[in-house]
Amino acid sequence: MGWFKRLTEGIRTPSKEKKEIPEGLWYKCPKCGHTVISEDFEKNLWVCEKCNYHERIGSKEYFQILFDDNKFTELNPNLTSADPLKFVDTKKYVDRIKATQKKTGLKDAVRTATGKMNGDDVVIGCMDFSFIGGSMGSVVGEKIARAIDYSIEHKIPFLMISKSGGARMMEAAFSLMQMAKTSAKLALLGEAKVPYISLLTDPTTGGVTASFAMLGDLNIAEPNALIGFAGPRVIKETIRKDLPEGFQTSEFVLEHGFLDYIVERKDLKDKISQSFNLLKIK
Amino acid sequence: MAVYLPFEEPIKELEEQLEKNIKLQKEKGVDTTEIILQIEKKIDETRKQIYSNLTPWQRVLVSRHPERPYTLSYIEYLTKGNFIELHGDRGVKDDKAMVGGIGEIEGHQVVLIGQQKGVNTKMRQYRNFGMPNPEGYRKALRLMKLAEKFNKPVITFIDTPGAYPGIEAEERGQGEAIARNLMEMANLKVPIICIVIGEGASGGALGIGVGNKVYMLENTWYSVISPESCSTILWRTADYKEKAAEALKLTAQDMYKNKLIDGIIKEPVGGAHTNPEETFENVKKVVLKDLKQLKKISPEKLAEERINKFCAMGVVNEE
Repeated sequence: MGWFKRLTEGIRTPSKEKKEIPEGLWYKCPKCGHTVISEDFEKNLWVCEKCNYHERIGSKEYFQILFDDNKFTELNPNLTSADPLKFVDTKKYVDRIKATQKKTGLKDAVRTATGKMNGDDVVIGCMDFSFIGGSMGSVVGEKIARAIDYSIEHKIPFLMISKSGGARMMEAAFSLMQMAKTSAKLALLGEAKVPYISLLTDPTTGGVTASFAMLGDLNIAEPNALIGFAGPRVIKETIRKDLPEGFQTSEFVLEHGFLDYIVERKDLKDKISQSFNLLKIK
Repeated sequence: MAVYLPFEEPIKELEEQLEKNIKLQKEKGVDTTEIILQIEKKIDETRKQIYSNLTPWQRVLVSRHPERPYTLSYIEYLTKGNFIELHGDRGVKDDKAMVGGIGEIEGHQVVLIGQQKGVNTKMRQYRNFGMPNPEGYRKALRLMKLAEKFNKPVITFIDTPGAYPGIEAEERGQGEAIARNLMEMANLKVPIICIVIGEGASGGALGIGVGNKVYMLENTWYSVISPESCSTILWRTADYKEKAAEALKLTAQDMYKNKLIDGIIKEPVGGAHTNPEETFENVKKVVLKDLKQLKKISPEKLAEERINKFCAMGVVNEE
């Protein structure tokens, strides 16, 4: 008895939430439930106008926001994963890659490009979380390495936008070594005195945090992004305690001294431009 | 009491038999010499047979054997005691999971660094099970910079189940600490030799692993994640750890085949712990050979070669 007994009386779902929304036309904020027309949401740079929630966006959107007139030349667009380990879990890695490419229209989890930002040359690398959690395998490492090479060769500032769960398990130690590879390249970028800004967005964890994402001349982040080395679940299981409020948010990381500033998406382009300009060697 | 791994059950049985026969001879005066010799031979054969066919998961178990020698034992042997342990990261505290100092190996003055596991329950806690906090990586970096300043080669011993995932570790920037080590190590202007002596778990291992030469002992593992965690994430249960261990290609043999390490250092049959001195000698030979060779290379060239080596790692298709 009592299995189907309603414990709290009345209908508790607000009618607004219950409403069937045709996909694509409206955007409903997952944080505050505020609903806007998709077109307006895009105009607001995929940020909730009510609670300032920054929706996760990909390279397409960031390039649109940052490059003047959305004009850019993509670098090494045709690098794809080679499955060096013939990795199989519940699925073959090659099949997973193919399916993800088809679903997302992307080749891998990062795109790199060069173009103008407020009139100045810039190289931008941007990760796509929709591609296997933005995980870093050989392709991600190699594209970032080559983007840095391009920056060094042409003396153009480098901006890396991170959004990743970390290293890609299906390439195992090859993925791990991409951490060393990208960091080694950044050592050369540093020696060439070409400025590097690392923008950390929701979420940036694992091997990406433990390599290029934390190595900017400036490390900056969007508001309220999850930023950390170990994921919150792993930490919780290890210490068997609840995690403090606001743990591993951008604000937390800023407070502990690992970020230079937090920037809202609407100010992103201008503030990054300004930062690069102030770092320019005259 | 010796510790036997699950797949060493046949060895355990034989050694129990051996003990019985020794006891019989001692206490009852029965002549069991012949039997004892036979059993000893059988033990050798069985061990050889088992250890020539280890699965990746079994190697993971050997790499975690509680009697395996840890970093400080290697340092003690290699330096014959001519070693001073140095402490602290100059920022927060002294991390007991990461040890290091200055020492001399057969006339070569070097800086030695490594993760340190504890030898008993109390010490394992004291050493945080070989899981460094950010200050551990910063201590390691400080010692590497010391090495660079005084032109001493760096030797690191890798043995960690991972960088510690804790609240304070995050507050103090675990990711940043490892990242900085990767960048600084890549460009360090002295020779770096790295040896995986036990577990090489992910960024926590790589954080002291960017070397001109990187070796793995025969029964160790090195990968982006432990087989257990890999199983939990990809199969959503920990039951596939054996399968994950195979898929990850984490053994020294696979890592060498994939050109991600420079060589494999032999262990005695039965694992490093069955004859630590033999293990230390094998390590010493490799280290001495490399020191002689690497010391001839100019500081700039050393960094350049190291950077090029790691930048060549990875396999991609280019259309």
